[in-house]
Amino acid sequence: MWELIRANKQKSLILFFVMGICLMVLGYFIGGAYGGEEGTFFGLGLALFIWILMSVISYFSGDSIILALSKAKRVSPNVHPQLFNVVEEMKIAANLPAMPKVYIIPDPAPNAFATGRNPQNASIVVTAGLLSQLNRDELQGVIAHEMSHVLNRDILFMTFSGVLLGSIVFLSHVFLRSMWFTGGRGRRYSSRSKGGGQIQMIMMIVAILMAILAPLMARLLYLAISRKREYLADATAVRLTRYPEGLASALEKISSTDINLTSANKATAALYIINPLKPKGRKLSNLSSTHPPIDERIKILRTIAGGANYINYQNAFTKIAGRGKRSNIIPSSAIHDKENIKLQTISKPEPASTKKGVRDLGDLMRAVNKYVFISCLCGLKMKLPPGFKKDKFPCPRCGRINQVPIAELAVLAGVTQGLGKQHTKKETTPSHKQKFVYHRTGKGWETFTCPCGSAKQLSPAFDKDFFYCNKCGRKIEIKS
Amino acid sequence: MLFVIIAIGLLVFIFIGFYNSLIRLRNQVKNAWSQIDVQLKRRHDLIPNLIETAKGYMKHEQDTLKGITEARSKAMGAGSVGEKSKAESALSGAMSKFFVVVENYPDLKANQNFLALQEELTSTENKIAFSRQSYNDQVLFFNNKIQMFPSNIVAGIFNFKQEDFFELEDKTERAVPKVDFSS
Repeated sequence: MWELIRANKQKSLILFFVMGICLMVLGYFIGGAYGGEEGTFFGLGLALFIWILMSVISYFSGDSIILALSKAKRVSPNVHPQLFNVVEEMKIAANLPAMPKVYIIPDPAPNAFATGRNPQNASIVVTAGLLSQLNRDELQGVIAHEMSHVLNRDILFMTFSGVLLGSIVFLSHVFLRSMWFTGGRGRRYSSRSKGGGQIQMIMMIVAILMAILAPLMARLLYLAISRKREYLADATAVRLTRYPEGLASALEKISSTDINLTSANKATAALYIINPLKPKGRKLSNLSSTHPPIDERIKILRTIAGGANYINYQNAFTKIAGRGKRSNIIPSSAIHDKENIKLQTISKPEPASTKKGVRDLGDLMRAVNKYVFISCLCGLKMKLPPGFKKDKFPCPRCGRINQVPIAELAVLAGVTQGLGKQHTKKETTPSHKQKFVYHRTGKGWETFTCPCGSAKQLSPAFDKDFFYCNKCGRKIEIKS
Repeated sequence: MLFVIIAIGLLVFIFIGFYNSLIRLRNQVKNAWSQIDVQLKRRHDLIPNLIETAKGYMKHEQDTLKGITEARSKAMGAGSVGEKSKAESALSGAMSKFFVVVENYPDLKANQNFLALQEELTSTENKIAFSRQSYNDQVLFFNNKIQMFPSNIVAGIFNFKQEDFFELEDKTERAVPKVDFSS
């Protein structure tokens, strides 16, 4: 495990410096093309400045930029308890020092990604569509894949190299465009001697060549490594869950969707578990795609046999994708551990109910957008928008007057600020301290509403004096 | 003379290094154990709620419910790692029997409260499995360090003892550690 992380870190560092050098060489020649000998220094300095600035920005706020770009919203555990449970399970399995922050994108297209600086400051993002379409095992597979990106330190690498690649592309683009419009007249700015002019001529040609080649090379390098990391994250996910079928069928479901993720763009596409931008023509060249072919990933996961170790994934990979060649997905230094990890048996898939799924999806998207749900005693579930002001309103089906949980609405409105603080507070002391007393009318089934808005049922067998509300944690006393 | 002093100083330095790494590993084992403990406690806390919810529906399954309650109190009383793993795997067995029986009670399966509890228990069950996994990894590291030369000398002097693995009693149970009652 540790060898793997170390090897990954080294590779990230190498890529980081290769790209930086690429950027500076580009700056050097472009500067030379414009300003002769002084220009080379200027260009070099400017490139170095861009490199450092970009690195600092992406280190400190790369994740928040990406999260804002993809319209992800931070959520609290009560929006989707299962998601939080699965994330925590995977956190335990991966032995991470801290619980990653959980975000949901209110979008029906199923997808997921992870970002952040290091395992202490990681974020896991899933779409609402993913949650409504996958069952527990599949969700666990996807979260394990994302957790593997965190564990293998891919998240920082992805943001860093994405930003650097962006600046290389930007710089050469600007240069080529300016060439197009000035027609190479740029050199007259400082032609002091004939010799200098000649050097500048050469500089110009080299600069044009570099400006064309550098973005291409940098992109190919980036894509090659990004594809490899996807395989590696699959392998680690299998090692964490010991259940490759979960991830395999999740990938199948995600890839079979025809909904496009609207908030994804070229810059963030490489982060997602499956490329969210569907190519128009099938079978683009393997060299230019951010992700390995999905069928291949599924096939590899389904051929894994004998155990959940890296060596088993590697064997399956050589069988399916290697086509006889020896290509190592996992660094050989990490493979030597001979521990025997058993796979779990495949459980029967249960039929998915699409109608329930659609309703869940709508509810989930409303919950992310801070709607409050209250259920009427007649069984109707009502959804209140975040700006709801009235304190009571009649049920549209049965006409009962329902109390609006104003306190909960106010809490949800401030949910983005200090969410972590609120969460820890909730665990030690319930935020609603005052208890609620309910007087039983008889011995049979009884239904009433907790002041927080959740409906409670008492069974005939219930004989305790009190219980705690599972929504707000309030103590409810029962008197007969 | 100088060489002797340097050599002794170097030896002391190496000695301290080994000692510290042993301590660190032992603390990691303890930490991993407390992680399991947290999850086991959580399971113990959830079970009374579950039985409370199920009692009204499952009039004819009193034996199953009683079995869980007994296994739980036995598990809560267990002391050492070995005892605990035995008692906890018995509890896991009782629980999985319960969830098989639940399939016959559609009313119970439709209860929101029960569904929430079921999700919590599934998750706790998984967390126990995953933390056991990482505890055993840590114990393996630690035991290797104690047995291997030269750290075994330091371990012998300061009387470091090997830790127990947290293993499931029954070999057959290991094949189906998954509690899957999909939501």
